[in-house]
Amino acid sequence: MVASISNLGRSGLYDWVIQRITAVILAVYTLFLLGFLIAHPDLQYSDWQELFACTPMKIASLLALVSLCAHGWVGMWTIATDYLKSTGIRFLFLLVVAAFVFVYLVWGIDILWGA
Amino acid sequence: MLVSIYRYNPEKDEAPTMQDYEIEMPAGKDLMVLDVLNLVKERDSSVSYRRSCREGVCGSDGMNINGKNGLACITPVSEATKGKNDKLILRPLPGMPVIRDLVIDMGLFYKQYESIKPYLDNNTPAPAIERLQSPEDRAKLDGLYECILCACCSTSCPSFWWNPDKFVGPAGLLQAYRFLADTRDTSTDERLANLDDPFSVFRCRGIMNCVNVCPKGLNPTRAIGHIRGMLLQREI
Repeated sequence: MVASISNLGRSGLYDWVIQRITAVILAVYTLFLLGFLIAHPDLQYSDWQELFACTPMKIASLLALVSLCAHGWVGMWTIATDYLKSTGIRFLFLLVVAAFVFVYLVWGIDILWGA
Repeated sequence: MLVSIYRYNPEKDEAPTMQDYEIEMPAGKDLMVLDVLNLVKERDSSVSYRRSCREGVCGSDGMNINGKNGLACITPVSEATKGKNDKLILRPLPGMPVIRDLVIDMGLFYKQYESIKPYLDNNTPAPAIERLQSPEDRAKLDGLYECILCACCSTSCPSFWWNPDKFVGPAGLLQAYRFLADTRDTSTDERLANLDDPFSVFRCRGIMNCVNVCPKGLNPTRAIGHIRGMLLQREI
């Protein structure tokens, strides 16, 4: 048993499950967006705004955003613990990643639900 | 045939070097890589490598043969040099400390093997005879018990290269599942609890290098998948 305090889900299994579920959510969301783009060859700004203005799409986008943040953190944490052997550099790297994830999350919510 | 061998004596050499030997191959015979090494050894007795049974049972002569890990004693030269300009390049198994030439320090590999408690644990009173299994239960161990611990798989695994102190590695995990799958073992819960961290099992990214190199044709990736399944079932 290897102890770790910085992974997302407190255990390897949680991280593993989180990464797989969020991957499915992101895949479905991406495929839907691709489908929407293909179905609307003459896409106008108003169509795009209308799509993102409806509540189900806002919920789906928020879900995708949260999934992206969780997925990104698990992935970056794995990369950091593989390749960054100096504890100081790894801590700094993870701090920067955490800051980015937080900023993108708040910024994304603001874009989706803000005035 | 040109044989290029990794030479390193940490007590004398500053850095490892590759040394070339031109070996006369007997006509009409397809030697094993170990036979070629023995011919080199006749010429230069300072070349060091491990060997014992010379028939793929003891797992001593695991090495990197033309870029792929394998057992020298059961790898024919023709197979190793296929499409490689008839040159044999021998290096130690990657990612482990080199003691000398092709001999590596297997300490961490054995430490990880030890960590999964590779023995039957049964807390019920011992019967007068052996603990018997049905043929079906015994069949669950096929493809698991055959591992000879040659370390070809673990030393071809990047996850093991980066975290040999934390990731159990394919060989250890194959054995972990061998005891998880054994109906005579009563420590399943403790065994699973010991593996449920971000490194021991879950550092496997499923790239299947282990399956690609296993000289016994075993499938550690599948065993790791079974362990993950058991961990998931335990939590849901």
